[in-house]
Amino acid sequence: MSGTPLQRLGRNASEWIEALGQVMAFAGAIASAIVRPPLRGRRLLREIYDAGVLSIALICGAGFAVGMVLGLQGYTTLVRFGAQESLGAVVGLVLIRELGPVVTGLLVIGRAGSATTAEIGAMVSTQQLDGLRMMSIDPLHFVVMPKALALLFVMPLLSSLFTVFGVFGGYVIGVQLVGLDGGSYMASLENAVDFRDDVLQSLVKATVFGALLGVISTYRGYRSPPHAAGVSRSTTSAVVTASVWLLLTDYLITAFWGV
Amino acid sequence: MQSSATRDFIVGLFVLAGLLAVAYLSTVLGGLSYRGDGSFRLVAIFDDIGGLSQRSPVKIAGVKVGQVAEIALDEDLRARVALDLDARLELPVDSSAAIRTAGLLGDQFVSLEPGAEDELLAPGEFFTYTESALSLDKLVGRLVHGDAFGDE
Repeated sequence: MSGTPLQRLGRNASEWIEALGQVMAFAGAIASAIVRPPLRGRRLLREIYDAGVLSIALICGAGFAVGMVLGLQGYTTLVRFGAQESLGAVVGLVLIRELGPVVTGLLVIGRAGSATTAEIGAMVSTQQLDGLRMMSIDPLHFVVMPKALALLFVMPLLSSLFTVFGVFGGYVIGVQLVGLDGGSYMASLENAVDFRDDVLQSLVKATVFGALLGVISTYRGYRSPPHAAGVSRSTTSAVVTASVWLLLTDYLITAFWGV
Repeated sequence: MQSSATRDFIVGLFVLAGLLAVAYLSTVLGGLSYRGDGSFRLVAIFDDIGGLSQRSPVKIAGVKVGQVAEIALDEDLRARVALDLDARLELPVDSSAAIRTAGLLGDQFVSLEPGAEDELLAPGEFFTYTESALSLDKLVGRLVHGDAFGDE
């Protein structure tokens, strides 16, 4: 590192922008690979199985637990204002608008995103991608695209499952444990939730997060240095970068949706 | 690893479960169907709607029968509130609409009081009798400034 602090700042900034541009170009390449003819249906199904089906137990369990916590915390806070009848609205809105997509995204990053980076990274370091290229199979089309598309596809589904189980968890706490009326829990929930404002926002968020973490985790694997330490560093960096970008994007979508 | 057919089946099951969750969120919770064919619209004019907003519930005897569809200012500067109501509802022409609050500080909603006439309100018609929102701060203001009975 040489030069004045200002020069170093400038260099860091341009490196950062260059890296961002490379990710964008990579995302563009994936997008064009999706529309290019061979659909890779079998590979896609396999990736959906790995990223989606194998995450179901985790997502449903986590959703249920988060819903129960929200139910209990929401109740103890609301009861101070005598507004415990609004528990359903609190649990439902928090889950649908924020926690559903965000926590699902973070869990999928940890479970499927890291596996994606590690798998592609290992393929890079054992030169399997070069082997594919030698058989004139584009590894971007054969390996990367199905993985990224599968993550994009499973995110809204997993996020909705998380939300439904969370609502159910809140119901169990609110109605069975604390003793609110089940009808008023569901009524306050149904009154408060709107399709366009809340449910659509939730689905858009989950889909955008899916695209984001699909691109980041495959990119980190694809660009991983070809040795064990490199793969492990890439995996860490994929999890960190994807999590941070997910939270930033979440704020942006929330702000632009107009609350 | 299972055979490919089993895996396809499980993937199909997963997608189905996910789509069911999406459908549940959009229709049951999101209320996608409420503004569908099963509703008719009535209009009520209020002097003051307080904190009423779109999608606030409309209730008869505490039971939800519809929601506030639209709020606008009419020509003589009063609030014009359109209500979407369950189509099975039969309201006499002398029914009244009032804005009430759930609990002391809770959400505001429109409460309908059915009248006694034989003639029924048709879609698009107006409520003859309305009662505006009772605002707590106005009441407190009157109390503090002495004219507690509201004769100005």
